[in-house]
Amino acid sequence: MKITRSQWTRVAVALAVVLTVSACKKKTAPAPPPPPPPPAPAPTASLTANPNSITAGQSTTLIWRTDFATDVSIDGIGKVDPSGSRTVTPAESTTYHLVARNDTGTQEATARVTVTQPTPPPPPPNNETEAQLFASNVQDVFFEYDSYDITQQYQQVLQRDAQFLQQHPNIQFTIEGHCDERGSTEYNLALGDNRANATKQALVSLGISANRMRTISYGKEKPFCTQSTESCWAQNRRGHFVYQR
Amino acid sequence: MKRTLTLLLFFLLATTFLSAQDWIHTGTGLGVEKIRLAAPDFKQVTPGTETQNLAMTFNVTFQNDLASAGIFEMVSRSFWPLSVPGAPQEVVLNEWGSPPPNASMLAFGNIAVQDANINVQGWLYDTKNSQSPQVLGKQYREQATDANARLIAHRFADEIIFRLGGGVPGIAESKIYFVSHRSGAKEIWEMDYDGANQKQLTHLDSIALSPHVSPDNSRVAFSGVTKEGWQILMYSLELNRLVTFPRFSGDNYSPAWSADGQNLAFSSSRTGNTEIYTVSAAGGNLKRLTEGRHPDVSPTWNPKTNAQIAWVSGRTGLPQIYTMASDGTNVVRMTDQGYAVSPSWSPNGQFLAFAWVRHYGPGAPGASDIYVMDIASKQWVQLTHDGGRNDFPSWSPDGRHIVFQSNRTGKLQIWTMLADGSEPRQLTTQGENSQPNWSFK
Repeated sequence: MKITRSQWTRVAVALAVVLTVSACKKKTAPAPPPPPPPPAPAPTASLTANPNSITAGQSTTLIWRTDFATDVSIDGIGKVDPSGSRTVTPAESTTYHLVARNDTGTQEATARVTVTQPTPPPPPPNNETEAQLFASNVQDVFFEYDSYDITQQYQQVLQRDAQFLQQHPNIQFTIEGHCDERGSTEYNLALGDNRANATKQALVSLGISANRMRTISYGKEKPFCTQSTESCWAQNRRGHFVYQR
Repeated sequence: MKRTLTLLLFFLLATTFLSAQDWIHTGTGLGVEKIRLAAPDFKQVTPGTETQNLAMTFNVTFQNDLASAGIFEMVSRSFWPLSVPGAPQEVVLNEWGSPPPNASMLAFGNIAVQDANINVQGWLYDTKNSQSPQVLGKQYREQATDANARLIAHRFADEIIFRLGGGVPGIAESKIYFVSHRSGAKEIWEMDYDGANQKQLTHLDSIALSPHVSPDNSRVAFSGVTKEGWQILMYSLELNRLVTFPRFSGDNYSPAWSADGQNLAFSSSRTGNTEIYTVSAAGGNLKRLTEGRHPDVSPTWNPKTNAQIAWVSGRTGLPQIYTMASDGTNVVRMTDQGYAVSPSWSPNGQFLAFAWVRHYGPGAPGASDIYVMDIASKQWVQLTHDGGRNDFPSWSPDGRHIVFQSNRTGKLQIWTMLADGSEPRQLTTQGENSQPNWSFK
C-alpha cells in the first residue's frame, strides 16, 4: 500500500515529539562537564606468611591485603585478588614478592618463609661396612714386657683411634687385654685386665665416653700367634679393639 | 798351716751345706723315719676270672696307695717269701721280719666274691711282736665292681697309713680337680688322687680355669668366661650342674676357699684394676682387701687359722708373693726377686708352695720351678730341677704331697710328688692338663 504523504507527516511529527520530549526532560540548562576525578592514591600492600618458619614438607598460608590497586600479583603465583590468602608449600626458604599497581604507582610487599630441612634419618646400620671401617681405622696398642703403661708411640696411635671414634659416635666396642705365653695363667689374666683398663682410661682422657667401651682380659688364653719368639711375644702383648655395633 | 787347714775345712763344709739346701732330704714325714712295710698280694680265695680281675684291681691299687704314702719303705716283690698268707694262721712271722724282706710291718689278707659281692679281709701285723702281732683286722663287703675293689683298697690303705703315720689321715680317697683342654675347650675335670677315674665336670664350651673345691666337697668354685666377662662360677658336685653365685662387674677369677668353708677370696677388676676381695660362701658381704693400679691375683688362705691370705702382687714390678691378714692389714713381702706366682698354703699353716723363676728377664724366660718356703723364716727349698716349666702347686690334705703342672714331657700335664721333691709321678696323659687343686679331705 502506498504510504501517503499525510501518513509520513504524522510519523515524522510523532518521532519529533518523542525525540523532543525525551531530549527535553530536564528543562535545566546543560551542566558544565564534570571536573576530572582526583588521581587515585598509590596502592598499599602487605603480605605475611603464617607461619613464617616451617620444616620441609609443611605448608604455610600467605595473606595479603592491598588498597587502591588495580593489578596485584605475587611472584611465582601470578595475578591475585587485591586481598586474599593462599596456602603454599615451599621446598626451601623463599621470599614471596607481591606487586600491587595502579595508574598512580606501584607498591611491593614481601614475606620470607624459612624452611628447615629435617634431620635426615640415621643411615641404617650398615654393619659390615662400619665394622670394616672400624677394623682398618682403629689400631691396637702394644705393650712392653710385663707392663701395662701406654708408651709414647701408642699414645699417638690412640689419638688417631680417638679421632675416628669421635667421627663415629654411635660405635661401641670392646677392649681385650692380652699377654704373651710366658708367665703364669692367673697373673696374665690380671695383667691383661690392667692393659685393657689402661687403654680404656687413655681413650676416656681423649674424650671418648666410657660407656661406649667394655673391657675384658684374655690373659694368654687367646694368643694371636703361638711361636716362642720375641716377635710373636710382642704381637701378643696388646690391647685389642673389637667392634661391637 | 793349721789355720789354712781349718779355713779349708770350713769352706768345704759351707759349700756342702749350701748345695744341700737346694735338694731337701727331709720334710716329708716331718722327721718320722720311714717304716719298712711288706704288702704282698691278697690271696684270691674264690675261683674264676671275676675274682681274679677284682683281686688284680685291689692289689695294684692297695700297693700303690701304700707305696706313694710317703711314710713307707716298701719291701719289693722280689723279696716276698714264696707262700703268700691269706689268713692269720698262714703267716710265718719271722719269714717276713728277717732278711731278705726285713719288714717291720706286714699287711696281708684275702679276697672272695660271693653272691655278687666282693669280700675283703685284711690284717696289719707287727713282725717284731710274735706274742700279739695284730695291729689292725678289717673286713669289707661291697657290690662286686671294679670301682668298689678300688674303693676298698683305698679304705684299708688309709687305715694303715692313719695307724702308722702318726695319726694323720691318709689321702687315698681324696680328689684332684683340674683344667683339661682335651674336649676342645678348657673345662673343669675331676680325678682320684692317683689319676684314676678322670671325668669332665663342666660343659661351658668357653674357657674355664682355676678350680677350687669347697672344704665339704660339695661344690667346685672356678672362673669362666661368660657374656658378662670372667665370673666366679659354682659347680655343684651333688647336683652335677652349675648353681647360682653372684656376678660382679669387670673380670673375676682365681677363687679360693677358706678352710672353714665360710668365705671365698678372689681377684676382681670391677673397679678397673685387679684387687683381692673376700666374699661369704653365699656371695654376700663383699670386701676389698688390696688397692693400687698394679695386678693383684691368686689368693690362698692359711687353712690352719683362716685369718691370713697369701697372694701375688705386681706392686714392685714383676709378680711377688705377699701375705696379709684376712682384713687386708699387715702386708708382708715373702719373695725377694724374680717372678713368683701361684702360692698354696700348707695344711699345717707353716709353708707356702709356689712357682718361681728366680732369675727372670725378657729374652730369657728361664725355668719355672716349684719351691716350698717356711713362712716364719722365709727360708726356701727348690723341689723341681728339670729346667722346664712347673706351676700351680697344690698341697695334699696330709701335707706330705704336692700336685702341680709340668711341661717336662713336652705337653702340660699334672704330676704329683712328695713334699721334698722326690717320687714325681705323672697323673694325666691325654690332651693338655693344668691348674690342679687337691681336695681338703
